[in-house]
Amino acid sequence: MEETAVTPVQVTGTVLTTRRVDAYHALTVVAPGIAERFRPGHFVSVAVGGPHTSTLTRRAFSVHDVKPDYGGTVELVFAVRGPGTSWLAERKARDTLDLVGPLGRPFPVPRDPCACVLVGGEYGSASLFALADTLQQRGCRVDFVLGAASADRVFGALRARRMGETTTLTTEDGSLGLRGRVTDALPSVIADARADVVYACGPMPMLRGVTAVAVEFDIPVQVCVEESMACGYGVCMTCVLPVIGDDGVTRMVRSCVEGPVFRGERVRFEDIGTIPFDALGAPGGRAQEGGAHTRNVS
Amino acid sequence: MLTPEMSVDMRTYLAHVELANPITTAAGCAASGAELSQFFDLARLGAVVTRSITMAPRAGRPTPRMAETPSGMLNAVGLQGPGVEVFLERELPRLVERGARAVVSIAGGSVAEYTALARRLADAPGVAAIEVNLSCPNVEDLGRVFARDPAASAEVLASVRATMRYDVPVVAKLAPDVADIVAVARACVDGGADALAMINSPLGMSIDVDTMRPSLAAGTGGLSGPAIRPLAVRCLWQVHAALPGVPIVGMGGVLTGRDALELILAGACVVSVGTALFHDPYACLRILRELEELLKERGFERLADAVGLAHRPPGAGPRHRIDLEESSL
Repeated sequence: MEETAVTPVQVTGTVLTTRRVDAYHALTVVAPGIAERFRPGHFVSVAVGGPHTSTLTRRAFSVHDVKPDYGGTVELVFAVRGPGTSWLAERKARDTLDLVGPLGRPFPVPRDPCACVLVGGEYGSASLFALADTLQQRGCRVDFVLGAASADRVFGALRARRMGETTTLTTEDGSLGLRGRVTDALPSVIADARADVVYACGPMPMLRGVTAVAVEFDIPVQVCVEESMACGYGVCMTCVLPVIGDDGVTRMVRSCVEGPVFRGERVRFEDIGTIPFDALGAPGGRAQEGGAHTRNVS
Repeated sequence: MLTPEMSVDMRTYLAHVELANPITTAAGCAASGAELSQFFDLARLGAVVTRSITMAPRAGRPTPRMAETPSGMLNAVGLQGPGVEVFLERELPRLVERGARAVVSIAGGSVAEYTALARRLADAPGVAAIEVNLSCPNVEDLGRVFARDPAASAEVLASVRATMRYDVPVVAKLAPDVADIVAVARACVDGGADALAMINSPLGMSIDVDTMRPSLAAGTGGLSGPAIRPLAVRCLWQVHAALPGVPIVGMGGVLTGRDALELILAGACVVSVGTALFHDPYACLRILRELEELLKERGFERLADAVGLAHRPPGAGPRHRIDLEESSL
């Protein structure tokens, strides 16, 4: 099953506004070509450091908001974690940014109305609001579970409270909502909402935990992964993770092209950072020939 | 005299194969080709050099596979790829359909494996040239890399050359981190290589001082990007000086038309773009446009006239007849 491919474009976007949101930064960029093609779950990759940069790898960010203003804007939310993101945090209104997008496989949305639990960790929750909007337009019930280490790192609590049927917040230090992790609160939210599907975006250990909970309830879970990548459009081959295909074969697939959204139970979370011995083309493994029914490993 | 609206003749030759222009992707930097064709028409490139194709599918190295370094990056992808059968069934036909000239890079762990790949590719339609990636561990020599051993490199080239169709040029891709690159280049040409490509990424390493562990799961990785361009220019210079009649595909940190021209002046007649593609999907076309502008500004009517031009004796005019004869074209 292939999603209808959306062709990405490279645009020179103009920064419209910048703001601090607790521990994070948010940039709104005028990028019409990207905004009009955007669907929830898509991401953009940004060149950092200006025209004569010595930091050559692009940075990937999920899109928080898309608005029709000025022909179309996208808002990116990020934490400063290195030279690239700190350069980005210094951008001012009217600066230009080299963006490529929309990229990746977006969240699949159900055809018929159903109950959805949206789980966000840290700034991963940023990408859930466009999804919640789409789901609600289709008559779905949306419940939120958002969590982080501390209150200032929970992103979008206010918006979740406005949009969600219920919103549960968790912090590891207890500074906001329940003390603990999203996975501690998730089972009761799923039970109360009689949820049919879970969507999650956040750090890898959280996605692993959320998937385990959804599997226990025997409901589908769509996870949006965050892997380090150099390009975002499938050529650098650095953002791979082991994912089980429809044919049962594990392949090292790119989170930028085959993802970033995967069915949670297909991702071999415990094997991330390794090449599982039974993956297609694993060293020393029996080479499985790619027959007519084998999906392309590229 | 060249009028501003006249265009520069950008055609070049990879051995006897004519390319419309000198800009190609570098091996392993354009995945299957389909990814970049979302942005532009692959037929506008001189050629698409494929990732290194292996006999069996390869899962590659574990993550993290990439670490950013000053003006460059380290990568340890480990030749992830579908294997030659899937390549021939899906990837090569799509490149051909799109009108791209395909230079197929091959990688093996033994002379027999390179030969088997060449045999498998010998009758495949749409192979414009074969590039032999010699930066692979030789399983029959305790994992010593072919590119570090002139005799082993020559043996691979001789076998691939003997197996491929006579009209498909065979290009030897050389590594820069060797004792004597000219000796390896000479051995490859003596073995039967029709052209040379340089430089593959030299091995590097970085350590994350926060985790106090190597940044890459594999420990070491190939260093690429503008950080290695001077290394590429040195290798091109030495090899072109020693073997002026051998066409050379130059690569190593080319980000702009100026960078491409530098490699051409050192002796390259084809320039491959690698890491720049991760930064800018349109890098190849931009570099081609910038290169053409630069050649025009300098009064060149043909790209061929600039190849190896930096080697002319001091005081000689920029475009003496002798320079054209000495160029690799």
